[in-house]
Amino acid sequence: MAEIQLKSLAHSYSANPSGPGDYAIRQLDHVWHKGGAYALLGPSGCGKSTMLNIISGLVQPSEGEVLFDGKRVNELSPRDRNIAQVFQFPVVYDSMTVFENLAFPLKNNKVPAAKIKTRVQEIAEVLEIEDKLHKKAKNLTADEKQKVSMGRGLVREDVSAILFDEPLTVIDPQLKWKLRRKLKQIHEQFDITMVYVTHDQLEASTFADRIAVMFDGQVVQFGTPTELFEAPNHTFVGYFIGSPGMNILEVERCQGGVRFDSTELRLEPWQSEILGGMKSDNLKIGIRPEFIEISPVMSDDTYAAEVRDVEDLGTYKIVTVKLGEQQMKVRQSEEFDAGIGSQVNLLFPGQWLMLYVDEFLVQEQQ
Amino acid sequence: MDKIPDNRAWWLVLPVFLLVAFSALVPLMTVVNYSVQDIFGPGQAYYVGTEWFKEVLTDQRLQDSLIRQFAFSGAVLLIQIPLGIGVALMMPKSGIKGSLCLILVAIPLLIPWNVVGTIWQIFARGDIGLFGWAVNQAGIDYNYTGDTVDAWLTVLLMDVWHWTPLVALLCYSGLRAIPEAFYQAAEIDRASKWAVFRYIQLPRLKSVLIIAVLLRFMDSFMIYIEPFVLTGGGPGSSTTFLSQTLTTMAIGQFDLGRAAAFSLIYFLIVLLISWLFFTAITHADKEK
Repeated sequence: MAEIQLKSLAHSYSANPSGPGDYAIRQLDHVWHKGGAYALLGPSGCGKSTMLNIISGLVQPSEGEVLFDGKRVNELSPRDRNIAQVFQFPVVYDSMTVFENLAFPLKNNKVPAAKIKTRVQEIAEVLEIEDKLHKKAKNLTADEKQKVSMGRGLVREDVSAILFDEPLTVIDPQLKWKLRRKLKQIHEQFDITMVYVTHDQLEASTFADRIAVMFDGQVVQFGTPTELFEAPNHTFVGYFIGSPGMNILEVERCQGGVRFDSTELRLEPWQSEILGGMKSDNLKIGIRPEFIEISPVMSDDTYAAEVRDVEDLGTYKIVTVKLGEQQMKVRQSEEFDAGIGSQVNLLFPGQWLMLYVDEFLVQEQQ
Repeated sequence: MDKIPDNRAWWLVLPVFLLVAFSALVPLMTVVNYSVQDIFGPGQAYYVGTEWFKEVLTDQRLQDSLIRQFAFSGAVLLIQIPLGIGVALMMPKSGIKGSLCLILVAIPLLIPWNVVGTIWQIFARGDIGLFGWAVNQAGIDYNYTGDTVDAWLTVLLMDVWHWTPLVALLCYSGLRAIPEAFYQAAEIDRASKWAVFRYIQLPRLKSVLIIAVLLRFMDSFMIYIEPFVLTGGGPGSSTTFLSQTLTTMAIGQFDLGRAAAFSLIYFLIVLLISWLFFTAITHADKEK
């Protein structure tokens, strides 16, 4: 087990990168602590898999350092880093049986035969494939293969970390949930550092204690699911986490706050103060649909908007409203019954109104 | 849609039947025809039943040449298959070096058989051949025209030079078809180079190896031109393989009945052994 630190890491797949666009990973500093269960969340092509392959050693970073427990491992092969990795698509050694597949990493580590047997049995039980141990791996179904693939990652006890690269892509939904729980249990049982790459926020939050959100080759936020939800550090996190994502509006400065079209929003005093000290004109306001309130009465704090659409999702409703020229989503309970075209009064609670300068959140200084 | 049974449809098989008849059945039946008769001249043919077969099977000359043939084919497979795999493993995976290697390796395959024989006949000579001269200079007494062992080794070496590239190319294509993910997984699983070869590369080479083994067995078992040009079957009859014995019998002595009977047996041996190889390899890893 090890603490994995990435120090000013950058990677480009082209030999002579000419600009930031050529980089799969740009200037990244990050620490995965010992024994944690982490998720690495991001859209396809944001550099998640590249980062994972750099940690495991399958890819050599063009710049920066990878440290295991403070020791530089850039030059070490995956073999010497002693790391386990489960790939997106199942890789099974098809000439071997399931048992031999699971025993393979142990055999390579010269683990005694008796120990191999108990360990393989243990992992097979956890993954519920103990009845398939003597089947040839090539005759398995896709999700059994992925279980075997995962089992090979889990079977070694002494690994520095286990990396999962979207391991549940080929598995059907009911089983997915079960396997995710399994992984979580295994983590609790064996206390191994696990990094789980996914583009599914639900998967990330059920598996991990803390989630790193990657966007455009950078980790834009590293926090608990609650933190990601309540205080997205980057407009992308706001948009990516939550369903529907955060309402994000482009705004410009005005007296006492910001405005878009003819609507003026008041900011908290500390927000205005920080904004006053910044030059950038790339300003955005974000608020989650869950935090916008609809008030029955009009007051100084409310904004009049028009209902454009109501989607009933069974347990709640998503209301699309038009404020000035901007569309926003608001989450409302099932009782909400205003019709399309009617006027509502929106209330933006100050603590949920996030200000973004150059896409990053303006945070209160402690 | 209802199927309408109509036996006239059988006529549609006729073209294939004719093709197969002319390419295989008719020539084969001609041989069968000779093998059961003693023919002295036009109109002078006598039915002899299985007499030729009995005679051929007890013929000492043929038995010796059959044993030599098995020894030769066995040696060819034992050397060329591992060597071909080894060469394929060492070839660069891609790029200009890979292409260059492919061309270099493939050159011997492009040379006609009798030219190969001629090349080696000169190359291995002790007086003017570079190889023979060099071996003799190294202090080893080497003379393929006089010494049985030397003649054998030279024929074998020539075949290895000529045909290992085929095995190497087949294996190379098989190796290139293995997805990178397997190597990555093996690397993560800390597999040694040997384990990667044994459990990942070799199993995935199986289908090309079946082809390589069959081709090399059949080709080497029917080898004719190269040793004929190189040693003429000598010294004595030490490098006279089956097809040469057969040719001598059929054309040299015009012993058609015996040659025909022997051709059939020859054919059945090739068929049987190819079938054995194929079954053995494909059944090797069936589910227990």
